[in-house]
Amino acid sequence: MPKYIVKRVFMALLTVLIVACITFFLMHAIPGNPWLSDKTPSETVIKALNEKYGLDKPLHVQLGKYLGNMLRGDFGKSIKMQKNREVATIIAEKFPVSAKIGAIAILWAVIVAVPLGCLSAYKRATWIDSTLRVICTIGISMPGFVVATVLLLTLTGQGKFFPTTWNVNDPSWRNYVLPCLSLGFYPMCYLARQTRTAMLDAINQEYIKTARAKGLKTGKTIFKHALRNALIPVITYLGPQVAFTLCGGFVVEKVFSIPGLGQYFVMSIQARDYPVIMGTTIFLATFIVIMNLVVDLLYKVVDPRINLEKGGN
Amino acid sequence: MDNVQQHDKELHDAAHERDAQGEKLLEVKDLHVSFFTPAGEVKAVGGISYELGYGEVMGIVGESGSGKSQEAYAIMGLLQSPGKVIGGSITFEGEDVLAKTREEMTEFRGTRAAMIFQNPMTSLNPVYTVGNQLIEALRTHDKKISKKEAARRAMEMLELVGINNVAKRMKQYPHEFSGGMRQRVMIAMGLICHPKLLIADEPTTALDVTIQAQILELMKDLQKKTHMGIIFITHNLGVVAEICDKVSVMYAGKIVEQGAVNDIFYKPSHPYTLGLLRSMPRVDADEHERLIPIEGTPVDMLNPPDGCPFAPRCEHCMKICLQKMPPHVEIGEGHKSACWLRVLEKKKGEAFGAEGGAEERQSKKED
Repeated sequence: MPKYIVKRVFMALLTVLIVACITFFLMHAIPGNPWLSDKTPSETVIKALNEKYGLDKPLHVQLGKYLGNMLRGDFGKSIKMQKNREVATIIAEKFPVSAKIGAIAILWAVIVAVPLGCLSAYKRATWIDSTLRVICTIGISMPGFVVATVLLLTLTGQGKFFPTTWNVNDPSWRNYVLPCLSLGFYPMCYLARQTRTAMLDAINQEYIKTARAKGLKTGKTIFKHALRNALIPVITYLGPQVAFTLCGGFVVEKVFSIPGLGQYFVMSIQARDYPVIMGTTIFLATFIVIMNLVVDLLYKVVDPRINLEKGGN
Repeated sequence: MDNVQQHDKELHDAAHERDAQGEKLLEVKDLHVSFFTPAGEVKAVGGISYELGYGEVMGIVGESGSGKSQEAYAIMGLLQSPGKVIGGSITFEGEDVLAKTREEMTEFRGTRAAMIFQNPMTSLNPVYTVGNQLIEALRTHDKKISKKEAARRAMEMLELVGINNVAKRMKQYPHEFSGGMRQRVMIAMGLICHPKLLIADEPTTALDVTIQAQILELMKDLQKKTHMGIIFITHNLGVVAEICDKVSVMYAGKIVEQGAVNDIFYKPSHPYTLGLLRSMPRVDADEHERLIPIEGTPVDMLNPPDGCPFAPRCEHCMKICLQKMPPHVEIGEGHKSACWLRVLEKKKGEAFGAEGGAEERQSKKED
């Protein structure tokens, strides 16, 4: 087991390095540069700026320097959006905002989706199942900004309970309700469907018949015997999804004007703030890689037949 | 071990007593089970009746789709939607099983009647230890029993079914057991609450032949010790001969012949039973004797024919066979057969005495 983890951590580092390289080249492949704005500076100023930030050197030299710094834990400074602030500091400031909303969103999604999926599978082909499936299909196919807008239209406004936009000065829970609802709606619907499919498969297994034949109550049969076996696909989806959601949904943050990492990430791409793009991408990639490792270790906890060392059963 | 044996002895004695009084453990009367599919009603079980005494072992033989498993699920209340019992009665120790509520059925399963299944490889939950699953079976029905005591009982049961090194085995997962061992675990799990009836749904089909013999030996042995009734569902006549007291032969949801095991093997009276016997390899057969298969295919249960379901495949088929289902005819003591040949034989036997048989054959030719 320790050997496996060491191997996986090494692989994870490699993955992050590769992601960093790809991001670097893609980022530079986008036309434009960080200095373009309403008042575009003159050629000489751009040249001087490029020289100052080392952007005049060939790409592979820049990449080498960046990776070298990165391995030493230095993610550079912002060159545009918050000039000369450490990227690490910016992430440390923005991430908690997104993470809090994301954590609540993913939490309610799981808490609601898993029982709903079980219910849907248990009551398959009844009106309950059909209703839930329709809701889930809508949730999966409806873009995030539509969900957010519908919530805004119906639940906010004059005399209504919830604020339209994020109020930085108001730490109350009201701020969180709508962003968390819209951010968690898609994962909730997707998870419910995943759970339903996996549960349908599990419910039809022979061991469920055995459990019923020995006189177990329905609840115990479903939640102890079937659900544990149905968890694998659910966990598989949940791992990377946790990383994505915690790093902030761009759409939701944009609609509710939340100063989170997700919105900042997209803005940094628009501004061509190279170090910020790199920093946030590597942060997200590392997070996803770690979550995948956690998921793999969880497989073993859920299903004792899984042999991690041999990469299979 | 003593505890288990003591308990078993008590059960054994009680069962004997009831048996002697002529009480029946299980009476199934005119049971109908149908599946309501979008394509129409599938009459999986079309009116079967039988009785099972205390400590009796009955085999239900039939090919795939003959309704033998569905009939067993009906007794256990395990019929899956869209399957439903639509007629008849099931009486277990004088209680109407079909009238029980869901809660009562949950309590009934495991304590009064237990069931083991065909494929031991998939019948145990792969993500829980064997010990966990055994203890669970016990603690579901006995809320007061401590975990420790339950574990002790579970280990006793494992020993009883011939598993060694039980303390270690309890902590292992099903995938660490072989097929035969898993079926032993299933049996231990079924018997842990001392049910009076064990329904074994093809318990040896998925095992290889040597293991089959071991499991059969074990079941026979346990049956003698506990004097429980067993319904043994199988398509293997060899297994039936090995363990059963009596046999019901099912075809297309109906019992076509029923009788003591010797009657079925030595005096088969239904053409289907005969066909089954002829298609079975025998050790004492002549060297080059070929097996005779039953020609044709089973009936479409969505549109069963009006007459005898076996008629289209029957070499003795007569006009009436295609029109009306034959009634059960008593051939010997406890030996019944549903075949028009036997009906005619009996009628002629009553009219002309023993010579009826020849004439009946004549009349068949004319048909």
